[in-house]
Amino acid sequence: MDVGIVSYGAYVPRWRITPVEIGRVWGTDGEAISRGLNVKSKSVPSPDEDVITMSVEAARNLMKRCKVDPKDIGAIYVGSESHPYAVKPTATIVAEAIEAAPDLTAADYEFACKAGTAAIQTCMGLVASNMMKYGMAIGTDTSQGAPGDALEYSASAGGAAFLIGASDIAARIDETYSFTTDTPDFWRREGEMYPRHGGRFTGEPAYFKHVLTCGKNLMEIAGTSPEDYDYVVFHQPNGKFPLRAAKMLGFGKEQTTTGLLSPMIGNTYSAAVLLGLASILDISKPGDRILAVAYGSGAGSDAFDITVTEHITELRKDPFLLVSNMISGGKFLDYATYAKFRGKITLAEGSK
Amino acid sequence: MRDVAIIGIGETEFGELWNKSFREIGIEAGFKAIEDAGITSQQIDALYIGNMSAGKFIEQEHVAPLVADYSGLADMHLPAVRVEAAGASGGVALATGYMAVASGMYNIVIVGGAEKMTDVGDKQALQILSATADQEWESVFGATFPSLYAMMARRHMHVYGTTRENLAAVAVKNHRNGSLNPHAQYRREISMEMVLNAPPVATPLGMFDCAPLSDGGAAVVLCPMDRAKKFTDTPIQILGSGIATDTLALHNRRDICTMDATVIAGKRALHQAKRTPKDVKVAEVHDNFTIAEIMAVEDLRFFEKGKGGAATEEGLTALNGEVSVNTSGGLKARGQPVGATGVAQAIEIVRQLRGEADKRQVDDATTGLIHNVGGTGATAVVHILERGD
Amino acid sequence: MAIPRFWRETPSRYNLFASKCGNCGEVHFPPRSVCPSCHRKSIGRMKSIKLCGSGNILSYSVVHDAPEDFEMQKPYIIAIIEMKDGVRLTAPIIDCDECDIDIGLEVEASFRKLGQEGKAGVIHYGYKFRPLNTTPPEK
Repeated sequence: MDVGIVSYGAYVPRWRITPVEIGRVWGTDGEAISRGLNVKSKSVPSPDEDVITMSVEAARNLMKRCKVDPKDIGAIYVGSESHPYAVKPTATIVAEAIEAAPDLTAADYEFACKAGTAAIQTCMGLVASNMMKYGMAIGTDTSQGAPGDALEYSASAGGAAFLIGASDIAARIDETYSFTTDTPDFWRREGEMYPRHGGRFTGEPAYFKHVLTCGKNLMEIAGTSPEDYDYVVFHQPNGKFPLRAAKMLGFGKEQTTTGLLSPMIGNTYSAAVLLGLASILDISKPGDRILAVAYGSGAGSDAFDITVTEHITELRKDPFLLVSNMISGGKFLDYATYAKFRGKITLAEGSK
Repeated sequence: MRDVAIIGIGETEFGELWNKSFREIGIEAGFKAIEDAGITSQQIDALYIGNMSAGKFIEQEHVAPLVADYSGLADMHLPAVRVEAAGASGGVALATGYMAVASGMYNIVIVGGAEKMTDVGDKQALQILSATADQEWESVFGATFPSLYAMMARRHMHVYGTTRENLAAVAVKNHRNGSLNPHAQYRREISMEMVLNAPPVATPLGMFDCAPLSDGGAAVVLCPMDRAKKFTDTPIQILGSGIATDTLALHNRRDICTMDATVIAGKRALHQAKRTPKDVKVAEVHDNFTIAEIMAVEDLRFFEKGKGGAATEEGLTALNGEVSVNTSGGLKARGQPVGATGVAQAIEIVRQLRGEADKRQVDDATTGLIHNVGGTGATAVVHILERGD
Repeated sequence: MAIPRFWRETPSRYNLFASKCGNCGEVHFPPRSVCPSCHRKSIGRMKSIKLCGSGNILSYSVVHDAPEDFEMQKPYIIAIIEMKDGVRLTAPIIDCDECDIDIGLEVEASFRKLGQEGKAGVIHYGYKFRPLNTTPPEK
C-alpha cells in the first residue's frame, strides 16, 4: 500500500533578529559568526506564541490546503523539545483547534530536532496498517539558547505539519530508514530553561555521523544514488552543516538550495527539516524525487525517500500558504525587544 | 407615589485617604448627611449603600450591615442593602432609596455610596475596574476599561470629526470647575497642552483624559416631600428617576458612539419630571473619561449627536454656559470613588439648587440633572432635581 | 481565572463557535440560548455555527497601561471587529505595526496565547486577529 503526504502546512513567526545584533550586545563579532554559521537572521516568536500556537497555525494551514474532514484524522503527534507543558499534551489542543477531537489518539513526541519526523514514521505505520485513514505529524519548536551562548545566534522558531494518508497522496514516501545511537551531544535537563551542548562534539561524531550514515543507508535500501534526486533536505542547525553533509554525500548546490532555510530563519529545531521539505513541496513538479534526512541530538537520524505526485498542484492554490511568503517580510528586532519577547527579562512577580 | 425630597447631604474628602478605612469613610459621610438634615439616627427607616467592588478592593462583601453596625445602628436592626451597578452603584442606590420613600414603604432613608480603592495597587485597581466590562469576552482578551472608552473615542472622532482638542477641553473645563470646589480631589487648573502631551493610557486617551482612583464616601437623606419642610427650608425634590440598561459588552451595542442606556434613562427621568433637556441649567454627568462627557451631553440631548465635542470646546458646557456641566469638577477633578460617585453628583446638584455652590454657583440654577453610568454604558441612571420650596 | 470557567468556553475561543437563531437566522457571538429578537420563539431553536473568521476593524486603541497579565505585551492593540457574519467581537490585533492599523482594516483570526495562571499555572489560548495578507509574495 502506498503511503505518503496528503497535505502539509507551515508556520514561521513574523519577527527576526540578526547574529550581528546579538553579537553587538555580547561584544562578539556577530558578522563573523553570521558568516561562520551561514545564518543571516533567525525567526523569533511573539511573546504570545509558543509551540502550541505555532502547531495550531501549521495544522490549520495544512487543513486549508485540502478537503480532508478533520474527523477522519485518527492521530495527532506533535514533536518538539519546547512544549509549553512538561505534562499536558500540545497535541490535544491542536486536535481541539482543528476540530479533529475527540475520536482520535494524540501524543507529544520528544527527540531533540527529529521528533517531528519520528511522528511522520508513526503515522505511516498507523495508516499502512489500516488503523486509521489519516495521521497528522507536526514538528514545532521555540527553542532558545542561553543569552550569550553560541546557540543564541541560531536557535529560532517555526512549525510544520504533515498529513499522512493512503489516498490522494501528493508526495509518496517510498522508503524510510532510521539510524539511532546513544550520543550525548546536546541535551536539556528537566526544569532547566536552556539546553546545553558538547561544543564541537556536536559536529563529527553527532550530526555528520548520523546524517551521512542514515542518508547513505537509505539510498542503499532504495537503490538510488544522489543524481536520482531533484531535491535534498537535511536537518539544518545552521547554514553550513547541511551544505557540507550534502557535498559529502555527493549532492550539488541546485539540489540543496530550495530546502535550505536556516540562512534566513535560523535553526527551527523540530521544524527545520520539515519546513525545508514544505518549501520543496511548494515548488516541485509531479515526478520529482526528494531525499529528506532529519537529525535529533542524543542521537538519531530519520531519512525519507519521497516522490511527488500529480496531486501536488491541488495543494498550492493559496499563495499565502507558501513557505517563501512566510519567510519574506520579516520584521527585525533589536536585542532588547528580542529579550523581552523571549522572556529573558524577568518581571516582578505579583507586582500589583 | 409620594413626592420625595433630599433633606441632607454629606461627604468625606475624596482622594488617597491612607488613614481611613472603608468603614470609617462610610460612617463619616452618613453622619455628615444626618447632621445636615437635622435628624436623629433613631428616625432612620432604611439604608441603601452604593458600592462597586468592596469584595475585590478590600476583600469585604456584605458591606451594608457593616456600615450600619459601625454607625452604631446595629441594635435598630435596620434594613440595610448594598446596591451594585458598577460605576452607577451610587446613582442606582439613590433610585432605590427614592422608590422606597415614594412607595410609602419608608419615610426616612439614607442613601450612601462608598469605595476604598487605594488599598490595592494601580494595576490591580485597573483589573478590578475592567471587571465591570464583559470579563469573558472583553477583559480576558486584554481590553482594559480605558481602552474600551478609547475605542468609543476613536470611533466618535472617525464618524463625527470630534478632535483630540475637543476631548481635552472636557478635562480642562472640569479641572477649572474643580479648582473652585473645596470638596474636589484636584483643585488645580490644567492647560490644553498638558492634556494633549500627557502619557498615553489607551490611545487616543492619555492620562488627563481619565478620572483618578479615589477613596471617598457620600450620603444623602431622603424623606417624603410633605414632611421635608420640618427638617429644612430648602428641600430639593427628586422630580424624575430613570434607570436603563444595555448589552454588557461594548461590541454588542447598536452604536458604540451612543449610550442608548443614557438616552433612555434620560428620557424616562425627564418624562416623569415633565421637563425637557432645555430646562436643565446644571448637570453632573458621568465623565470617567473625557469622551464619556462628550457622549453624555449628546445622549442627554443637550446637543445634537456629534456636536458635543465642539460644544464643549466652545465653552457651551462651562460654568454658566448654555448648560453648566460638572460644576463640581466631575469625576475627573472631584474624584471617582466609584460607588460614591452617583451620590456625590446628587450632592453637587443639591448645593447648586440650594444656592450654596459659592464660587462655582450657577446663576438661575432651577433644574438640575444627575447622570451616572456603570461599565461602558450597560447601566445608566438619570435623576432630575428641583428646589421644592 | 478559574480553569473550568475558561475551559467551557474553548469552542468559541478556539474556533469562533457562535449561535444562529433557528427562527430569524440572526447570528450571535458568543453563543446565546435566547435570541434577543425572537425571545421565547427561539428557545430550543438556537443552532451552533462557526464564524467565517475574518472581519474589519470598527475601532481600536493602543493599550499602554496594561493589567499584570498583559504587561509583557504592552503596548498592544485592542480592537472591536465587525465580522463578515455580521457579529462584533473584541480582540487584540497582532502582527501589525501601530502605523498600519486603521478603522476598516481587514483582519483574520489566528491562534495565540491569551494568558496564563502564573508561571506554573494553566495556559489559556484563543483567538487574536491579524491583518489579512492581501499582497502575495513576488515570484
